[in-house]
Amino acid sequence: MSNAHRQTALDALHRSLGATMTDFAGWDMPLRYGSERDEHLAVRTRAGLFDLSHMGEITVTGPGAAALLDHALVGNIGSVGLGRARYTMICRADGGILDDLIVYRLGETEYMVVANAGNAQIVLDAITERSAGFDAEVRDDRDAYALIAIQGPESSGILKSVTDADLDGLKYYAGLPGTVAGVPALIARTGYTGEDGFELFVEPRHAESLWRALTEAGEPAGMVPCGLSCRDTLRLEAGMPLYGHELTTDLTPFDAGLGRVVKFEKAGDFVGREALTAAAERAETAPPRKLVGLIAKGRRVPRAGYPVVAGGAVIGEVTSGAPSPTLGKPIAIAYVDAAHAAPGTEGVGVDIRGTHEPYEVVALPFYKREK
Amino acid sequence: MSNPQQLRYSKEHEWLSDAEDGVSTVGITEFAASALGDVVYAQLPQVGDTVIAGETCGELESTKSVSDLYSPVSGEVTEANQNVVDDPSLVNSAPFEGGWLFKVRVSEEPKDLLSADEYSAFSSS
Repeated sequence: MSNAHRQTALDALHRSLGATMTDFAGWDMPLRYGSERDEHLAVRTRAGLFDLSHMGEITVTGPGAAALLDHALVGNIGSVGLGRARYTMICRADGGILDDLIVYRLGETEYMVVANAGNAQIVLDAITERSAGFDAEVRDDRDAYALIAIQGPESSGILKSVTDADLDGLKYYAGLPGTVAGVPALIARTGYTGEDGFELFVEPRHAESLWRALTEAGEPAGMVPCGLSCRDTLRLEAGMPLYGHELTTDLTPFDAGLGRVVKFEKAGDFVGREALTAAAERAETAPPRKLVGLIAKGRRVPRAGYPVVAGGAVIGEVTSGAPSPTLGKPIAIAYVDAAHAAPGTEGVGVDIRGTHEPYEVVALPFYKREK
Repeated sequence: MSNPQQLRYSKEHEWLSDAEDGVSTVGITEFAASALGDVVYAQLPQVGDTVIAGETCGELESTKSVSDLYSPVSGEVTEANQNVVDDPSLVNSAPFEGGWLFKVRVSEEPKDLLSADEYSAFSSS
């Protein structure tokens, strides 16, 4: 692994905006520009603009592309319609999660797999290795795209002012090629905030002019640039898992409560089928720890790795925690023993550096937007 | 970012006012507040607590992290800023003013506290 930090095409722009930068999976990324709480609330009530160019794009093309992805991933990629997208995962033969992914079907025989920055090489290597015998080409397109996301209730109106693309016809989890502010882009209606929003895949050389045009278009609506800090609290409130926290190689999709992404009914064998079949049965008969939401009764903030306790015993572990700007209270996602996982379970707390703070067990998500 | 000339500073990014009737005010610097991000919870020492220079006496939580609060001097706490307990964002919006953290009757002050200029050089290095 190289020690040199990678910079996105928007690096100089972020610094000129006064961003606090952070290392994320080897990339220099904006953590926040001003107050992360204000950025969070802007996305919930107006709109926010994100640089997500660290995400890893892998293109799979050829007559056997769908068959390869059906073999390599746990989802039913063959059933994804042209211009649609699917949330899915890639697992090891033992069922452990290598990454969670979004797959876009860009053409009859062309797919784009978007992996987390920290796993992009692993996913690329795994799909390439699994491509043997398939009539398909796997291409590393990580450097071919910058990714700019506009998220929030005003995002559709803002984007409409700089594109002629049919946004009203673009459904959630769909993507279409178009032109935004004079720049060719793949416009996808996806996101990681719990709000309506769009992700724009463009050539890196066009990233800066697109960012500037969107900034100008969004200004009257109160759109602000947003860093990864608020992206994390937004996805946490929306109950969305983050790889390395809720998802790891030690867990199967069933352990993470996301067994629905595994499509046993699809044609052909896929990597992990046998182990995942067993994991599905285990989840039915003897559920291991379950993923739940926790809301603080006090004000101290739970962090990843803190023990969840009940009656003096450890019954789970926090995987993500933060102060929730929307709820005004600290919240956490945690794996807890099934006996304590029901919403409303009494007597559950989090061990915050030696003190057991009371928490309420709730079903995820913490926040759901009104449609 | 400018650090008030009349204050002295620790390398843990606390500031200390000149004593009035033996009592000094303690807070964290704008540099520290900015590095923390939005402060959401402040656990301050209680009135009557003895604090020791360079040792932890509370904690400040922000969205991303929890940080120990160090006392820049030794002494007895005479007041904790209840406004900050109620609204921790004061630490971000007015770190040198309304966002002060506690007052302490100083028994001993370390000799290595920094002047404003020394601290500005230290925190920008």
